[in-house]
Amino acid sequence: MFHARPIAVHAAAFGGGFVIMSLELLGGRVLAPWFGGSIHVWGSIITVFMVSLAAGYLIGGRLSLRRPSLDKLAGAFLCAAVLLYPLVHLAEPAMRWIFDAIEDPRYGSLAASLVLFAPPTVLLGMISPYAVRLLVRTAPESGRVAGTLYFVSTLGSAAGTLGTSFYFVLWFDVDTILTGLVATLAILAAVAFAGGRAR
Amino acid sequence: MSAIRRHGTTAAALLCLAAGVAATCAHGQVIHREPSLYQTVLVTERGATVCLQFEARSDVRNQSCVDRRRPRRLVLPYTRMLLGSLLLMPDPETILVVGLGGGVLPNAFAELLPDARIDVVEIDPVVVAVAERFFDFRATDRMRVFVSDARVFTRRARGRETRYDLVVLDAFGSEYIPEHLMTLEYFRETRGLLTERGVVAANTFQDSGLRDHESETWYQAFGPFIDFTRDVSLNRIVLASVAPLADPSTVARRARTWRRRMEPYGVSIVDFPKTFDRNPRWDRTIEALTDQYAPANLLRSRR
Repeated sequence: MFHARPIAVHAAAFGGGFVIMSLELLGGRVLAPWFGGSIHVWGSIITVFMVSLAAGYLIGGRLSLRRPSLDKLAGAFLCAAVLLYPLVHLAEPAMRWIFDAIEDPRYGSLAASLVLFAPPTVLLGMISPYAVRLLVRTAPESGRVAGTLYFVSTLGSAAGTLGTSFYFVLWFDVDTILTGLVATLAILAAVAFAGGRAR
Repeated sequence: MSAIRRHGTTAAALLCLAAGVAATCAHGQVIHREPSLYQTVLVTERGATVCLQFEARSDVRNQSCVDRRRPRRLVLPYTRMLLGSLLLMPDPETILVVGLGGGVLPNAFAELLPDARIDVVEIDPVVVAVAERFFDFRATDRMRVFVSDARVFTRRARGRETRYDLVVLDAFGSEYIPEHLMTLEYFRETRGLLTERGVVAANTFQDSGLRDHESETWYQAFGPFIDFTRDVSLNRIVLASVAPLADPSTVARRARTWRRRMEPYGVSIVDFPKTFDRNPRWDRTIEALTDQYAPANLLRSRR
């Protein structure tokens, strides 16, 4: 029997994990021309991703209480795509502004990470708890469902990390990869939307 | 038998001398080991030679060496080759050295050019401390050290309207290239730091799948450049300038002028122009490295 709904949810979890880590790695590339390659630049990026994901988990969990649906999950992906796209065009002027405003490269890179990466990452953090809610039917199976979803999304993160650092940066421009991530998020929105309609 | 051994020793010594960016030299006794945020900094001693090394994953390579019996002599060939920049810019008033190492090169510049003002930018504070403790490096009013990422320093310096007659880029380790320091944008920013007569000398790699990409990047930033290599070194020095490059006869004349003063440093500067390649060849269709496309380390591993 073909279960479109769980497949769509798992695909969303995998894709979300993939995009998060690919974006995190590209973050170093985006910031380096303005804030350098010092260890505090990576510290800023990782901090912002952790805090954003934490906020996303909290918000996603709360939202899952109110009539959860695959359509809303699709909406979250679409919003993430919309929030990620400006990075391609606005990263440069935003970093120029922050570079001029903040002398210390530690706080400069932290501010830049916050402005550039937090909005889409918060959205992507909402996916996991929301996906758990969409698949759990009974309390006894909740741990298994959550475990499988974490498994899938973390594998997605591993794939995003490896693909980006080994291959994508060798094959494509940073902006091309970012645009590809936006497209991936849009496709995931479509997958979730279709999953919500499948019988 | 003894001939073979002698050859072997010579080869080993040559390899050892050719260190710095490219070759291997893990000899000597470790007299100081200090981990930093970026690497483990080692100071080794072998006879009278003291070297600063960065511990890498596969082996250890020299970044700077000093011979205590002849402290002025520049032990590593690439350090000597970088003084070849003075053939294009014989009287710099202001110099920027990117990457301190043991401070051997800034010290040599300070001695050779007593009126020059030298700025050094180094990302790793542990390297600065080790250079001061083991390599007689001293920051002074005319030798300032900035602990900073070079890219950030360059942007800030441009904002302050600071300009240099000579910029020496010596920021690449043997195993890892900071990729944001090998892009067209960075080279252009460096060009923007130079005075109208300014010259840049970059210590980089001779072999590797990176070479053509790098040549194209230099060309797009500066136009024609000189590719300077020597048999004793696996390094490659790129020499470029804002104004047209000095012609060969001017360079030869300057080499003769410098010859005497370079002797204590072991720099055979008169020989340098012989291997100044003014028409380096590479695949002109190859992609330049940019902030958007900067996989320098991945490209380098493609031989």
